[in-house]
Amino acid sequence: MESKLDGNAAGGILHEVFPFDMTVTRATCAGCGAIAAVGALAAYMHGMGTVLRCPRCDTALIRLACVKGRYWLDMRGARVLQIAAEQ
Amino acid sequence: MEGTAVQRRLIWRFGEVVAAQAETARAKSLTLAVPEWQGHRAGQHVDVRLTADDGYQAERSYSIASPPEDSPQVTITVERLDDGEVSPYLVDEVRIGDKLELRGPIGGYFVWEAQMGGPLLLVGGGSGIVPLMAMIRHRKAAASAVPTRLLYSSRSPAEVIYRDELESAARLDGALKLIYTFTRVQPPGWTGYGRRIDAGLLAEVAWPARDHPRAYVCGPTQFVETAAAALVALGYPDAYVKTERFGPTGGG
Repeated sequence: MESKLDGNAAGGILHEVFPFDMTVTRATCAGCGAIAAVGALAAYMHGMGTVLRCPRCDTALIRLACVKGRYWLDMRGARVLQIAAEQ
Repeated sequence: MEGTAVQRRLIWRFGEVVAAQAETARAKSLTLAVPEWQGHRAGQHVDVRLTADDGYQAERSYSIASPPEDSPQVTITVERLDDGEVSPYLVDEVRIGDKLELRGPIGGYFVWEAQMGGPLLLVGGGSGIVPLMAMIRHRKAAASAVPTRLLYSSRSPAEVIYRDELESAARLDGALKLIYTFTRVQPPGWTGYGRRIDAGLLAEVAWPARDHPRAYVCGPTQFVETAAAALVALGYPDAYVKTERFGPTGGG
């Protein structure tokens, strides 16, 4: 059974792809419009990859997997990212 | 963000175990000297990676227990999960002088720094105390007088991690209050809480929402959800209730 964690727990894998701390980046859910720090999303992490879901409506904002040397990143559920300019 | 600059890339590096301390029958603290450690903030974690002789790798996240002021030494506290892949090795096998592969610090979300102020409400379940301990140690190292309440849920007194340090800190510091709830085994004559946290317990322990407290909750999923929902019902804004759940993928 996969366990539900916080987006904070996905900070390491997200940092493999993004050159800044994604956990403090604010994301707008494409499903319901809620805005939350990525660290506050619900994270489901298992061998197949990581899925970050909206804590309000369960829409998957970010899906990330690393397969055979490539990262696969699906962000269709994140309508806007607000990234701090000074990190 | 405020504080330590964030590195552009997160790289794996080796830290040498320079101290090991048993905290309870199942939990042990390992202090690592990490070359070129960039510093961290209280509440952040590291990923630890073990590699077997055949190349198989297992990776887990562990909260940092030590305050930023201890850099470049970093202490993690690991609780042994009997069916875990990583924690039995870290708790039972690792010796001083061994090198562990790690990367971090990770996560600027579940972070408290003294300048953020308070009052501070820390709610920990089991080994969920670990990142909260980094905050308590940082608060002390920074000579912060932020009024702080720690609600620590443990199955029994014997399973309380950092017990001596917490109790002595609370004795010496009038602005730090330590509240236990023992969910399975209570000491003889115990008059404190003896049940799992619930809305009523939090209503008694938590700062009133009108004081604009900052709350940090860390523990198993159900514990975190109960505590966070109770705090929001008490009027805490979502953004001031930061949570960190741990589960098999995080701690094993």
